[in-house]
Amino acid sequence: MAKKGLDDHGKGLGRREVLECMVWAGTGVLWTVTGGIPHSVGLIGEAAAAESTGFTFLQMSDSHIGFDKKANPDTIGTLREAVAQVKAMPMKPSFIIHTGDITHLSKPEEFDNADKVFNETGLKIHWVPGEHDIIDEERGKAYLERYGKGSKGAGWYSFDDHGVHFIGLVNVVDLKGGGLGTLGAEQLAWLEADLKGKSDSTPIVLFAHIPLQVVYKEWGWGTEDGTRALELLKRFGSVTVLNGHIHQLVQKVEGNMTFHTAMSTAFPQPAPGSAPSPGPMVVPADQLRSKLGLSTVTVMQGNKPLAFVDKTLAG
Amino acid sequence: MRILMSHLRLVAARFTPSRAVIVALLLGPVVGAMLAFGTFAAEEANAVTIDNFTFTPPELTVAVGTTVKWLNHDDIPHNVVEKNKAFRSKVLDTDDSYSFTFASAGTFDYFCALHPHMQAKIIVK
Repeated sequence: MAKKGLDDHGKGLGRREVLECMVWAGTGVLWTVTGGIPHSVGLIGEAAAAESTGFTFLQMSDSHIGFDKKANPDTIGTLREAVAQVKAMPMKPSFIIHTGDITHLSKPEEFDNADKVFNETGLKIHWVPGEHDIIDEERGKAYLERYGKGSKGAGWYSFDDHGVHFIGLVNVVDLKGGGLGTLGAEQLAWLEADLKGKSDSTPIVLFAHIPLQVVYKEWGWGTEDGTRALELLKRFGSVTVLNGHIHQLVQKVEGNMTFHTAMSTAFPQPAPGSAPSPGPMVVPADQLRSKLGLSTVTVMQGNKPLAFVDKTLAG
Repeated sequence: MRILMSHLRLVAARFTPSRAVIVALLLGPVVGAMLAFGTFAAEEANAVTIDNFTFTPPELTVAVGTTVKWLNHDDIPHNVVEKNKAFRSKVLDTDDSYSFTFASAGTFDYFCALHPHMQAKIIVK
């Protein structure tokens, strides 16, 4: 299991692999990636002692504030639990990356309620929108007014921290019938220009809501022109792609690229193809927290790939 | 339904006025329910429902001037967007609906802009 990862070799994910993934989440094993092969370096305590730069950040996703249906009538409550976990962390993360679907319906009060809880972390948060964040009457204006400062287009941007180049992309705007997530020509041109002049040894962390690679086409879980973005990143020695949208952990390694999708803090979604639709999955109340969570990402010393700890709200 | 209504009216006409009032009182809710059902059934004929991220029926043929109503039954919001921008609904939360009246003939391919793998069409003749 250790070396297997959730690599489906393009064949689509089987139920067994996803179940294994959930086991990782439950046991809190730290994954590190060396030379493109993920391996477990031990339990969290042991791994924390490993050679990290002391630079860690969090990935949180799919808070869906405003959702109140059967799969989780209290999404603000489970977000509070996740934030409590963040506040209790012995080593303070540098910042949070939120990979979209902050709200369920893009309503001002939903954004307000989400902000209130996220502010309790005291951490800087780098956002990208999910499709649920841009369904206000003016199609994304509410999101951009709140979170779009300094961004381009529909809200894409980049920044540098501890020698790592972070890129936030938007792939939920102007989607075409029958298609998947879309970056669009303007954003791809910006990305190309953004990467120009960056040395191949610069570690890259790219984040967007919908998975950049195709996880499951039948449910639209992928990005139409995602491969165009990945082409531009090929020359870099360490590329980590963080996504949300599918409300479950999937980790995949291809060459120097590691793909990671995070759990939601709101409700789980079914494994690809395991249900008639990707709608919210209702699980027994006592199991809900084992399917919600957040991820800690540790940047290792030198040009080594990043390490993940995916932790559920069940503890 | 119309035949049934006139039959009821004929039956009522045979009674004395006081009896007619009583019958009307008794039948009122029944007729009301029937009328409501009639309206509902008529709407259903030109309705598209959204369940499990799927438009049903996937292809609906209507006459020019027909109003089609979309109803979202999912726990997740969807919308209805015509490929060539003939119509675009606001976002439909659970149990929200959207109606559009087709004034001209043609084939209207539409999808959900949140989940574009959801596609269907309305054929107006």
